[in-house]
Amino acid sequence: MTSIDSVPRVRRGVRCTYDKTRNSDVVLFPEGVLLLNETAAAVVSRCDGSSSVGDIALSLADEFDGVQPDDVIELVDRLVTRRVVDVD
Amino acid sequence: MTEAPLGLLAELTHRCPLHCPYCSNPVELVQRADELDTATWQRVFDEARELGVLQLHLSGGEPLARPDLPELLGHASGLGCYTNLVTSGLGLTADRLADLVDRGLDHVQLSVQDSDRSNANLIAGVKGYDRKLSAARLIKDAQLPLTVNAVMHKANLDHIGGIIALAEEMGADRLELANTQYYGWALRNRAALLPTREQLAAAGPVVRQAQERLAGQMEIVYVIADYHEANPKPCMYGWGSRQLTVAPNGDVLPCPAASVITSLPVQNVTRSSLSEIWYDSETFNAFRGTEWMREPCLSCPRKEIDFGGCRCQAFQLTGDAAATDPVCTLSPDHGLVQDILATEIVEARPAFAMRRSV
Repeated sequence: MTSIDSVPRVRRGVRCTYDKTRNSDVVLFPEGVLLLNETAAAVVSRCDGSSSVGDIALSLADEFDGVQPDDVIELVDRLVTRRVVDVD
Repeated sequence: MTEAPLGLLAELTHRCPLHCPYCSNPVELVQRADELDTATWQRVFDEARELGVLQLHLSGGEPLARPDLPELLGHASGLGCYTNLVTSGLGLTADRLADLVDRGLDHVQLSVQDSDRSNANLIAGVKGYDRKLSAARLIKDAQLPLTVNAVMHKANLDHIGGIIALAEEMGADRLELANTQYYGWALRNRAALLPTREQLAAAGPVVRQAQERLAGQMEIVYVIADYHEANPKPCMYGWGSRQLTVAPNGDVLPCPAASVITSLPVQNVTRSSLSEIWYDSETFNAFRGTEWMREPCLSCPRKEIDFGGCRCQAFQLTGDAAATDPVCTLSPDHGLVQDILATEIVEARPAFAMRRSV
């Protein structure tokens, strides 16, 4: 389970890009494609293997109103399930 | 409303050093002289990306048989596509792989036939086992993510534990254990490939235990044997829904097997754009959504789950591509599948009709 101290990292073989056909950030990985909203894209871009969930939530608070650590935990959990990120 | 496709399976060539009797390629293989040239494939990739394709599976046959593979892969990667090389591993060298990595290769899917060397070579029709081990080492040395794919059938299902161990040894991130689907060469070899119920019953727990043991380390995807199931498979998540296939000669199909449906016109990239084919062609619209369905599908609560099953299977077994997939126990033609299971599963395995060379 992901906690506020977990350190997520985008898995090897996962590529993040912007799709102009769908006007959306996307994550590409062996099993498929995930469309990301703006907040989710900001979280994924910060899953660098050194920032904790707490760090990510703090840095997002500057850019996005109302992002809580619990939102980040929930999103990271979903990304772990989809094998987009690993947590240490 | 029709959504844009996410994936393109590009069958660059039907040439292959292997002769697997379950090959998903059609029995009528495309000859080398009829393959699309480099510039045409690149235009197809341009059109695919424009249409919304994000995942490009470079497949075959054996894609390494195309000398222009690096150019094609580089082109696709440059467009922003995720590139997946679907390979037998034969013909992969450190230099060729390094070149592909430089050009943006994202992922490799490597086929294995069995964990037993001599049986693997027998199934492949070529001494390929040791070369696959070498290929796996090259892929891991290049730090690429690796999916190992094993097609399961009567002749290797009893070794499923060994195949899982082999994939672990290869350092696979994912393992696909896919029971044979009966199209193309596999349909021709059905009696030699159909496993017994006992074999399937024994394999299930082995897979489940390995899935638990390897959770977080190696993902294991187990594709069930649909002839033995009560419900049909949700083929391609629905016809013309997420992915398209381009054959070596430029024929565009909703799935790799769809050329068997001879009641539909054949689309080709040399005559129409991918966008016209995806959105406007009779072939791609034939079984989209649920309006084409009849009973028992029409009133079925599962119609948005399995989409009436596989159109190719319906056509192959009943001659009517709009029929309910006979795998479904509710299909009026389900007896056909029961008959196949009753008559074709025999103690002594018939000889394989090996896939021909092109």
